[in-house]
Amino acid sequence: MKFFDLLVKTFPTFPSAMLITVEVTIISLILATVLGVIFCLFKMSKIKPLQWIANIYISIIRGTPLVVQVLFIYFGVSMAIRVSIAPDFRWNLMVAGVVIMSLNAGAYMTELIRGGIEAIDKGQMEAARSLGLSYGQAMRKIVLPQAFRTMLPSIINQFIVTLKDTSLLSFFGLRELVQNTKIIVANNMEYFNMYAIVGLYYWVIVSILTAVAKMIEKRTTYGK
Amino acid sequence: MASKIIVKNLIKSFGKLEVLKDVSAEIEEGEVVVVIGPSGSGKSTFLRCLNCLEEINGGTIIVDGYNLTDKKTNLNKVRQNIGMVFQHFNLFPHKTVKENVMLAPLTLKIMSKEEASIKADAMLKQVGLSDKANVYPAQLSGGQKQRVAIARSLAMNPDVMLFDEPTSALDPEMVGEVLNVMKDLVRMGMTMVVVTHEMGFAREVGDRILFMDGGYIVEEGTPEQILFHPREPRTIDFLSKVL
Repeated sequence: MKFFDLLVKTFPTFPSAMLITVEVTIISLILATVLGVIFCLFKMSKIKPLQWIANIYISIIRGTPLVVQVLFIYFGVSMAIRVSIAPDFRWNLMVAGVVIMSLNAGAYMTELIRGGIEAIDKGQMEAARSLGLSYGQAMRKIVLPQAFRTMLPSIINQFIVTLKDTSLLSFFGLRELVQNTKIIVANNMEYFNMYAIVGLYYWVIVSILTAVAKMIEKRTTYGK
Repeated sequence: MASKIIVKNLIKSFGKLEVLKDVSAEIEEGEVVVVIGPSGSGKSTFLRCLNCLEEINGGTIIVDGYNLTDKKTNLNKVRQNIGMVFQHFNLFPHKTVKENVMLAPLTLKIMSKEEASIKADAMLKQVGLSDKANVYPAQLSGGQKQRVAIARSLAMNPDVMLFDEPTSALDPEMVGEVLNVMKDLVRMGMTMVVVTHEMGFAREVGDRILFMDGGYIVEEGTPEQILFHPREPRTIDFLSKVL
């Protein structure tokens, strides 16, 4: 069958593309988590301007399509930098991908983390504070670890969303899974089979991640 | 006897609702004060103000010579000396029993790992739960949870212990074990403020009872006076319902 012939024949080109997809996803999600924690603290802070910054950030990311964010940051921002600061500036494709994906996922992570923190019983913070822990210590030691635990399913979901969204980075030629497929299709014209094959790759990665996530989730259930 | 806690004209509101209207009280070192009153009387809020879990709207609270209303006071430092036990235990579910007890001394760098471990073992022994050191709170009964919570507070060597309805969330057969641990503390001379509905406990170990209603301390006196010879109509009414 043609499908399997193509699957075998084109396979050697995919591991490196798959690696790029997974790398961009993992690095972006780690950075997005950091952004998420920071903006979440902004949102929960008593200082109004910090709340505004967080709200504006989330509103912009949620209110615009990812494709627009890709185009704006890769082409728009690089042009702005060339004009104003460095005339020779060019994005490293990986770096651009990571910047875009982490800014995007960061906004969603902010809301996700906030939900997770708010789901933790207020008594946990109070007990920690009553022992003499500062707000920051109580957050780090008591609230956040539990919040992350309850957020795990949503974080995994975000991971899967981000992983699939990296396909849009093919817009500027980062050779991840979709870009790799486009290059192959340009040569062999196998639209039907090749796009089915790349779909299959995504499906396999997502399925593996889901299984791993379920295992982690089980292992971190304490004492029940 | 020195006053451990001095409360003067304390006022606390939640939004428009004034919960504490004008509360003044002094608690002496080694004294066991029991706070009783109907729900909504402000007794829990009063207790929570004593370690500033609630931000107060007026008046002063002085604990151990530290003015809690003074912005320069390091509240974290003051709270280290005030243990608090909650109605719903509030154990840290992601830590084992022993980790719960060791957490504060370690996080605040008051003890080394070895010291904290020895201290935790001693405290768990005191509350009779040495055999539960390595289990998670989810595996404990309510009474056991509350005893761990007491051990957790004691690990910080507090001068004062606050109890916010420590037995109200327990099944009746578990109330005794928690009260017994508290009675041990009384014998050791701990300064305690206890919000409770356990009148037997109040009578047995209380030095003084404060009866609160409607945001005021309506009446105070020895257990004998308050429980058997109350003067205020509201105290009489309340006691007739609970005794």
